[in-house]
Amino acid sequence: MSANPQLTDDGRLRHLLTLEGLPARILTQILDTAASFLTVSEAERDVKKVPLLRGKAIFNIFFENSTRTRTTFEIAAKRLSADVVNLNINASSQSKGETLLDTVANLSAMQADMFIVRHAAAGASHLIARHVAPHIHVINAGDGRCAHPTQGLLDMFTLRHYKGAFHNLRVAIVGDVLHSRVARSQIHALTTLGCPEVRVVAPKTLLPRDVENLGVHVFHKMSEGIRDVDAVLMLRLQNERMRGSRLPSAGEYYKHWGLTPDKLKLAKPDAIVMHPGPMNRGVEIDSAVADGMQSVILSQVTFGIAVRMAVMSLLAGSGATGAQS
Amino acid sequence: MPTTLPPPERLIDALAEQIAPQITPDCALVGIHTGGVWIMDALAERLGHDIPRAVLDIAFYRDDFSRIGLHPETKPSHIPFEVEDRRILLLDDVLFTGRTIRAAMNLLFDYGRPATIRLAVLVDRGGRELPVCADFVGTRLDLPADEHISLEKNEAQGLHFVMKRRA
Repeated sequence: MSANPQLTDDGRLRHLLTLEGLPARILTQILDTAASFLTVSEAERDVKKVPLLRGKAIFNIFFENSTRTRTTFEIAAKRLSADVVNLNINASSQSKGETLLDTVANLSAMQADMFIVRHAAAGASHLIARHVAPHIHVINAGDGRCAHPTQGLLDMFTLRHYKGAFHNLRVAIVGDVLHSRVARSQIHALTTLGCPEVRVVAPKTLLPRDVENLGVHVFHKMSEGIRDVDAVLMLRLQNERMRGSRLPSAGEYYKHWGLTPDKLKLAKPDAIVMHPGPMNRGVEIDSAVADGMQSVILSQVTFGIAVRMAVMSLLAGSGATGAQS
Repeated sequence: MPTTLPPPERLIDALAEQIAPQITPDCALVGIHTGGVWIMDALAERLGHDIPRAVLDIAFYRDDFSRIGLHPETKPSHIPFEVEDRRILLLDDVLFTGRTIRAAMNLLFDYGRPATIRLAVLVDRGGRELPVCADFVGTRLDLPADEHISLEKNEAQGLHFVMKRRA
C-alpha cells in the first residue's frame, strides 16, 4: 500500500484528490501532457477529439452546483471519446435519504470507470476513493473549503504558459482565502513547483489562522501585497459560504480589496491577472481589469479543458499492468 | 542476416533518391516522433525546404493504452497545412508491427481526408501484425522479435542505430 492514497504502489497517479503531498514530478507530468492535449481542440482538426478513453464511462457527480467546472470536465471527457453521465445529486437521491456511499455503489454497479466528485463536505472524494473498486478512479472537483486540484493545476498551466517557469516568480493570491479551496490548491502547487515567493493578500477575517504554515507571506494591505508581483491570482468572494459578519459590505470590500486598474499598476507592468470564476464584477475585480490586456481569465478556461484531459488519461492509464512509470 | 546496418545518412540518401521523382506541389512530409521527424528534416535538406512539413505524436492513438497507459512523454502534434486532398508522405525510422502506422493514419484522418498517404521508412525489419507495407524503404533487415532497433541522435555521432535485445 502506497503512503499516499492517490498514488499506485509504483508511484503513478490513481486518484486526484488534493495537490497536497503530490510530488513535483507528477504535477509537471500533468502540465506537460496537457500541453499535448491543447492541440486536440485546434481549428485545423476536423475531428476535435482523440480515441484514448473510448468505451470508458465517466460520471460527473455533483452534490453542489457548478456550471463551469462540470461543463469543462464534460467537454474534456468527450474530447477523449469517453461516455459522460452528469448527475446533480442534491436534486435526486440525497433528498430521498440515500447515503453518499450508497449512491456511489449504485453508480459503480452501472460499470463506471471514473467518478468526478464535487461536494460541500471536505473529504467527500477521499471517502469515495477509499471505497471504490480498484479499477475505478476518482477526481475531486472541489470539496468544501479543502481542495480543488484541477483548478490549481490549470492555474499552474496558465502561469507556466505566460511566464515560462516557476523558479523566478512572485505570485499574489488575493481575497477570500478562508473559504477558498482554490487558494489551498494553488498554494500547494506553487510551493511544490518551486515558486520562491507566494503571497496571500486578504483582510484578517478572510484568512485561515494557520495560513503562514503553508509557506506563504501574508499581507493585509493590497497596496503592499501586489507590489511588483508577476501574477495576481484573484479569488471569488464566497458569500454563500459565509456565516456571520466577516465583511461590512460588498462596496466596502471593493474599495479595499477589489482589483482596479490603479491597484494593478503596482504589480509588474507585464503581470497577468487570473480568476477561477465565476467573477463578482465590481466586488473583487473591476470590469476594466477582468476584460483588460493583462487578464488571462478566458485562457484559464481553455487550458482547464486540456489539463482535465491530461488528468483523466493519466488516471485511466495508471492501472495498466505493463505500465511505464 | 547482416549484423551491421549502413549509416542512417546513407539510407536517407537512398530514400531521397526514390522519393525525389514523386514530389509534386501538393505533397507534404509528415514525420512521426521522434525518429521520423529527424528523417523528415534530413530529407528536406536533400529534397528542398519548400515542401510543407508536419510532426505527429501518436500517443493518443496507440492501441495499447489499456495495457501500458499513457506514454510518459507526449509531444504536441503540429500540422501547419490542410490535410484535405494533400498527398502525404509519412515517415518513420523503423517499420515493425505496423501498429504505429495504423495510429498515425487515424490521427491524420482526424485532420482531414488526404488524397494519398505513402509510407517511407529507413528500416523495414519485418514482423508485421497488420496489413501495412512501406512504399519506400532504405533497407530491409530480418530481425528476431525480441531484438529492438531504434534510431538515436546525439551531438557526437549524429543519427545512428541502436540495437538491443529486449529483457
